Amino acid sequence: MGEAIVITSGKGGVGKTTTSANIGTALALMEKKVCLIDTDIGLRNLDVIMGLENRIIYDIVDVIQERCKLKQALIKDKRFDYLSLLPAAQTSDKSAVTTDGMKQIISELKQEYDYIIIDCPAGIEQGFQNAVAGADKAIVVTTPEKSSVRDADRIIGLLEKEDMESPRLIINRIRNHMMKNGDMLEIDEIIQVLSIDLIGIVIDDDEVIKASNKGEPVALQPNSKASIAYRNIARRILGETVPLQSLEDEKGVLYKVKKFFGMRA
Amino acid sequence: MLDKKQLITIKGTRDGLTLFIDEVCSYDLVVNELHATIAESSPKENEPVVSVKVQLGNRFLTEQQKKELTDIITKDHRFIVESIESSVIRREEALRWKEHSDIQAVSRVIRSGQVLEVTGDLLLIGDVNPGGKVVATGNIYIMGNLHGIAHAGSIGDRQAFIAASFMKPNQLRIADYISRAPDYEADGVYMECGLVDEEQDKIVIDRLQVLSHKRQVLSGFERRMQNG
Ligand SMILES: Nc1ncnc2c1ncn2[C@@H]1O[C@H](COP(=O)(O)OP(=O)(O)OP(=O)(O)O)[C@@H](O)[C@H]1O
Ligand SMILES: [Mg+2]
Repeated sequence: MGEAIVITSGKGGVGKTTTSANIGTALALMEKKVCLIDTDIGLRNLDVIMGLENRIIYDIVDVIQERCKLKQALIKDKRFDYLSLLPAAQTSDKSAVTTDGMKQIISELKQEYDYIIIDCPAGIEQGFQNAVAGADKAIVVTTPEKSSVRDADRIIGLLEKEDMESPRLIINRIRNHMMKNGDMLEIDEIIQVLSIDLIGIVIDDDEVIKASNKGEPVALQPNSKASIAYRNIARRILGETVPLQSLEDEKGVLYKVKKFFGMRA
Repeated sequence: MLDKKQLITIKGTRDGLTLFIDEVCSYDLVVNELHATIAESSPKENEPVVSVKVQLGNRFLTEQQKKELTDIITKDHRFIVESIESSVIRREEALRWKEHSDIQAVSRVIRSGQVLEVTGDLLLIGDVNPGGKVVATGNIYIMGNLHGIAHAGSIGDRQAFIAASFMKPNQLRIADYISRAPDYEADGVYMECGLVDEEQDKIVIDRLQVLSHKRQVLSGFERRMQNG
């Protein structure tokens, strides 16, 4: 029986889709069976970042409206046998997807896959409700900006009403020099306000954008910092204890954060 | 019936009369007896009007029944009813009373967009994040960081106050007063409280210690007994 994890944020453009693609890829690298679901109806992206755009025939709305079987709509990844994508619809009416439809799809996928990673649209409307409906766990993505943290807080409040465990946090697009000058919120400060467990931090890395443009998620690269960060997150999802990678070759910013991991059982 | 028990006893005091009404007989009997008693003891035209207290003991009367008794007593305009007292109240009333004087302890984080409202005092063990809001009809005690909005005395109690381990709020509200954070980036304060300063006619923030002489923190219950 697999586990469904929704990647959400509230605010748009903070890296939900990038995170979904890379966590999925990293879990596949570790020989897990993974299915990615894009629930951003009308603004689908996940297929592009995964480099699978050209292979789409059916989408999630076709499945819900029974124009095809779930299996027919799943696109197999180029690189991994057990990595699949259920793409969002690009044109259909958003109201086609329902929470019941989502729950059904996810429970079917759980029979076959170890992890179902659900890419959530921005906002707190129906699209969000659909994305979280069938999820067992949630990962909240934020950037070190006030407005992004505020929206993450709002989302965490909404997730607490759902029947799932406390969400975990990814802080994305950290820029070390800004952090040092005090131009960005400190990691400690963000964790203190949101008071949920941190599952990883990812630096702002041009490689991420380059990789996404090529349709080759950055997690496939052996050595880039962002790649290591995503693979570490995947290991933590599997339950391993992995220390936070330092952003630079000195302690500094992350020194204090380590104790948050120490506190986790 | 020979030895008919006296259902209404009258006692004169310096301020007027007190009517003690038997607490076990039927209500109809009380009404009958009251007509008679009033007719007998009503002051004469030239005597001053007398004020009357009615003591019901353990009898419960509805508002309508109370009005009926009042009408009988004041019929000839020789008596006025000062009060009707009973040692029993309805369950709902008691609960409402209790709620208003209770302290509600809540342990969680109030996040952006969330509102926590309680009747009575609020003891929050946790933070109020920016964009979150807590509201209480009584005082608010926060063992945590207050970053959002706190509204004490929400139904009009200007004596209510807000105390927090740390506060850097978006807004403080007490009864109908509102104060907001300054537009410049200011530091928060530790172990302070917000309360209405009558002289300045606005909310001020002060050290927690001032509560001991400006507000009777521990007698919140009594205060609300008085306010009803
Ligand atoms: N760690 C990173 N370093 C550099 N660029 C990043 C990083 N994470 C995300 N980006 C870039 O930020 C942009 C937005 O990312 P993404 O599309 O994943 O966000 P999103 O939250 O899914 O957006 P939306 O709300 O529109 O769905 C993309 O151009 C992506 O390449
Ligand atoms: Mg997206």
